[in-house]
Amino acid sequence: MKNEVHNSHLSAANSQLSVICKNIVKTYNKGEVKAVNAVSFDVQKGELFGLIGPDGAGKTSIFRILTTLLLADSGTARVEGLDVANDYREIRNMVGYMPGKFSLYQDLTVEENLRFFATVFGTSIEDNYELIKDIYDQIKPFNNRRAGKLSGGMKQKLALCCALIHKPTVLFLDEPTTGVDVVSRKEFWEMLDRLKKQGITIVVSTPYMDEATLCDRIALIQNGSIMSIDTPDNIVKSFPKPLFAAKADNIYTLLQDLRSADEVESCYPFGEYLHLTVKTATSDIDSIKQIAGKDTVNGLEVKRIGPTIEDSFIRLMNEDNVKENTKEKADGK
Amino acid sequence: MENKAISCKNLTKQFGDFKAVDRVTFDVEQGEIFGFLGANGAGKTTAMRILCGLSFPTSGEATVAGFDVYKQQEQIKKNIGYMSQKFSLYDNLTILENIVFYGGVYGVSRVDIKIRSDELISTLGLEKEAKKLVGELPLGWKQKLAFSVAIFHRPKIVFLDEPTGGVDPVTRRQFWDMIYQAAESGITVFVTTHYMDEAEYCDRISVMVDGRVEALDSPTNLKNKFQTDTMDNVFYQLARGAKRADS
Repeated sequence: MKNEVHNSHLSAANSQLSVICKNIVKTYNKGEVKAVNAVSFDVQKGELFGLIGPDGAGKTSIFRILTTLLLADSGTARVEGLDVANDYREIRNMVGYMPGKFSLYQDLTVEENLRFFATVFGTSIEDNYELIKDIYDQIKPFNNRRAGKLSGGMKQKLALCCALIHKPTVLFLDEPTTGVDVVSRKEFWEMLDRLKKQGITIVVSTPYMDEATLCDRIALIQNGSIMSIDTPDNIVKSFPKPLFAAKADNIYTLLQDLRSADEVESCYPFGEYLHLTVKTATSDIDSIKQIAGKDTVNGLEVKRIGPTIEDSFIRLMNEDNVKENTKEKADGK
Repeated sequence: MENKAISCKNLTKQFGDFKAVDRVTFDVEQGEIFGFLGANGAGKTTAMRILCGLSFPTSGEATVAGFDVYKQQEQIKKNIGYMSQKFSLYDNLTILENIVFYGGVYGVSRVDIKIRSDELISTLGLEKEAKKLVGELPLGWKQKLAFSVAIFHRPKIVFLDEPTGGVDPVTRRQFWDMIYQAAESGITVFVTTHYMDEAEYCDRISVMVDGRVEALDSPTNLKNKFQTDTMDNVFYQLARGAKRADS
């Protein structure tokens, strides 16, 4: 990785930034697999920043580069003003990292794990008790249980405690809520919100689109590339077309009918409704009902709705695929 | 009872004093898409293992595809398909080898394996990839292939354990298209998920809390009953009272 020239002269704007990623590229298998493809983003101090994307999008590689566990092929990255390649020792002392895969010692108890990680960082549970108290209190009744015997939700809380025990300035959480049920997921995000209030910068990744709205800003990532970075509100607002929701008694037939209609641009299931956009700019509920075959469809309901992050993600993904396909055709593949 | 795809009556599985599954009673109709929801630790996996013929109940009755879970485990296994996020296909076999292997395990004849695998590979549009290792496929494709393999022997019922975890939103929807197609062809679908929008795609849903089925109805009826407009809230209201969700 190239060393930045103005190491000690970070500009005033940069000093407000906790994480800076510039054109990070990471490949595996001798360049065959491009996991991270020229990714750039900044995270401000105290911000709750989300990397939103499915498995294989490159989220974990980015986390491992930022936590100094993996070297990028090219590009630069800084955490709290320090270079991830040269200043890895300092960075390791400042960041907390919760990997996607449960990585605590399965045959140590809850308390032993916590004490172990505190000692490794030259501190003690007691020193930083205030920071973890909220979360630790919930698992304390199981202090003597081995970590391997904990349920998913509790493992997740213990891992968060261990990532916090040395009072990090930046917290990296890689898919902390994957495979966790709705109730535990809600609780976890409430915990993150309390940590944010204490001024900790948090970078979190998730495949659950509904969690995106809980972040200050998000990056939508797919196939190693960032498709969009903004506040969840702005991402949703930039959805370029009116979006409609439709349902009928037989929703599967409705889906097939709408998809085969020429006027329909996109149509996909979304919970109890189908979401659709049409090609013409001027469209209203009545015209959608016409397309759906109005009088012949039982229980037809159509309404205009505001898009969610998931709608935006799907749209961006499809646009990307179209670009990719046209490019492939142009390349004569 | 013979007409039901699955029928459980007071089904119970006890480990010592712990009732993992506690007097569970429900029926699943043939051709239905049945969502089996519950908090972590509610007993879903234990119940599923019994219904797949992998574990004996402590008490109660249950039949799957008309076969008894106590006496006819082997017939059950032959008549169901199963896929999960964790285990689906062999990464170091090619796509075609995986299909042939599973077809063979489930006793599909050589001739049928040949016909159906050609058909399957062309429907999935994997002609070019057929001789590639499954490990090289993107997750979304792997999951779609795993599902196709799980119903390759045309089972009466297919059990899907969190089939779409971590999959991108577009592929997730393509996956559900496949589920609908399977259901239309008469296969009963029994599915667990953590995505509440997917719960809406089911004909009926059950929600397990602390080993018991606490709610069972169509998504619309459940939302009416709990006076909310999202399944997320229905689930939250039911599961937040769980005592052992985290023990």
